[in-house]
Amino acid sequence: MANAAIATGAPSRPVKYRSMSHNRRWAMRWSYFFLILFVVFFLTPPLYMLITSLKSSSEISAATNPWWVYKPTLSNYEELLGQNQYLIFFRNSALVSVCVVIITMVISVTAAFALARMKFWGSATLATGVFLTYLVPDTLLFIPLFKMFAFVRDTTGIELMNHWWTLIIIYPTLTVPFCTWIMIGYFASIPKELDEAALIDGASWMQTLTKIFIPVAIPGIIAATIFAFTVSWAQFLYPLAFTTSTDQLVLPVGIVTTLIKGDVFNWGQIMTGALLGAAPPLIIYAFLMDYYIAGLTAGATKG
Amino acid sequence: MAQVTLRKVVKKYDEVMAVRGVDLDIADKEFIVLVGPSGCGKSTTLRMIAGLEEISGGDIAIGGDVVNDVPPKDRDIAMVFQNYALYPHMNVYENMSFGLKLKRTPRNEIEQRVKQAAQILDITELLDRKPKQLSGGQRQRVAMGRAIVRDPKVFLFDEPLSNLDAKLRVQMRTEIKKVHQKVRTTTVYVTHDQVEAMTLADRVVVMNAGLIEQVGSPNDLYHLPATKFVAGFIGSPAMNFIPCQLEQAAGALRIRLNDKLSMPVPASRTKRYASFAGKPDLVLGLRPEHISETRPHAEPDQHDFDMPIEVVEPMGMETLVYFTVNNTEICGRVNPDAGSAAGQAMKLRADLSKMHLIDNSTGKVL
Repeated sequence: MANAAIATGAPSRPVKYRSMSHNRRWAMRWSYFFLILFVVFFLTPPLYMLITSLKSSSEISAATNPWWVYKPTLSNYEELLGQNQYLIFFRNSALVSVCVVIITMVISVTAAFALARMKFWGSATLATGVFLTYLVPDTLLFIPLFKMFAFVRDTTGIELMNHWWTLIIIYPTLTVPFCTWIMIGYFASIPKELDEAALIDGASWMQTLTKIFIPVAIPGIIAATIFAFTVSWAQFLYPLAFTTSTDQLVLPVGIVTTLIKGDVFNWGQIMTGALLGAAPPLIIYAFLMDYYIAGLTAGATKG
Repeated sequence: MAQVTLRKVVKKYDEVMAVRGVDLDIADKEFIVLVGPSGCGKSTTLRMIAGLEEISGGDIAIGGDVVNDVPPKDRDIAMVFQNYALYPHMNVYENMSFGLKLKRTPRNEIEQRVKQAAQILDITELLDRKPKQLSGGQRQRVAMGRAIVRDPKVFLFDEPLSNLDAKLRVQMRTEIKKVHQKVRTTTVYVTHDQVEAMTLADRVVVMNAGLIEQVGSPNDLYHLPATKFVAGFIGSPAMNFIPCQLEQAAGALRIRLNDKLSMPVPASRTKRYASFAGKPDLVLGLRPEHISETRPHAEPDQHDFDMPIEVVEPMGMETLVYFTVNNTEICGRVNPDAGSAAGQAMKLRADLSKMHLIDNSTGKVL
């Protein structure tokens, strides 16, 4: 095309577009608007709890501005932490949650590895089945569980009712299916060549899991751990149904049953107890988030 | 000694036959390249040698021992994957030593072997880095290093250069050849790139639809293809296939392309082709470099003809010209100074001493 003509002069602009930075600015404004809305909506209740926990009973019932503390006091904290009961609830909750997290992660990580990687007859159906069990409402399981516990008592003489450690057996029925599902998804995203390379390098299935999959899937494992911890720490219905003695209660049920006497609500201590109870998950989130490094698999294969 | 032998190897996925009876003998220290289009079964064959795929039928032997049911780790092989498959949480040293650690190799021996392999591949200064801190070429080197340290009987490469850009691919190709010359390990290399196959291999195995089409040295495959598929697959630009007729007239054999264009068959081939005169469905195979511009002196089997050129592609050291005969687009390679121009007639020369006659119904080169 030696004789092709090249037009000279400035190129024309038939359509006027707004600048890209303009578009971005508006997108940012809307993002901030909704984020602030979200923050206000979700942080108001904890703020109210904090304010109330710093008030005396008389100030709580006084007709003053509920959003302001006129005479701040730590008496609620002192009384609550001075009670042996509260510390027992706290200990029960902590023991139950830690044990449940450990049991859940051991079961779900190994199950997910098998379902995601070891192709065997029925593995796909099983994987779907695991998820379906999560869809069964918790409340439907009370009666079958009662029946099972009664059966265990009748046949072995072991009483499972009204023990805090019974919850360690019950909670995994809620946490294992979902955590397994999360981990199946995470393991499935790990390139197949990685386990093939390990297989050729001479790793057994167990070594592939412990030396390759678990380190690579740390972000997924942390997500599942957070889920399992939150579920077992905040569980209310199961401990309410299965434990009754004061020394066997966990925190959420303990606060409600001991601080509400008849129709008398000890609001200051209820708020204090709830606030202190919310602290461990918060600390765990803050601690684990540091390790939650997304994109850990970057560099394994062609990105 | 690490010969690899495949006997009637079959791979079936449900109803699909991915590999349909492959027989292959790979000699000790040989560099074999399996090449073919996507889905021809080359990767499956490699994975069966590795033990990553079960064999549906036949036998695979490494070093004389049948390994059909031997797990990958006990086959004494090392594999380099297309996407590197480096362990992302380990640094280069740990990646390379992982296999040796699992074998409980003494620590000082591991260190010595890793350093030696790193030296061969020129990655000594990368040993502390994580895979994500490496470029594509460096990652591929590490993947090769991981294979070398294990000092296996057989190296298996599964399209190792496909993820690299064109320049790096050429560089790494040379690198792989150098490494093989240094370590002399039996190597099976899979690629869909025929240039890679030609440049690397001692022998090339061309596969198509789950079967081996031809096994031979790169030059043999190029000059003496056994089938139309091999003739078309090896070489770039590909060989021209022109429908033709073989005429016997006045004791001489002629190739007729159309009413106007016919050329005598070289004397050296007349005996070979004589029985195919008048056979329908014949195809003339002629590589682009055997169609050039006319020159003052013609050799005996070179014939000149005029053709209107449709497309001209200057490549620098040569120019590709395209024209049509019998509704078939034909490519020729001419000198850049031959004055070719699209839309103009050009005097071209066909070198029939390099021709191939193909029976289109069977796909065999006659």
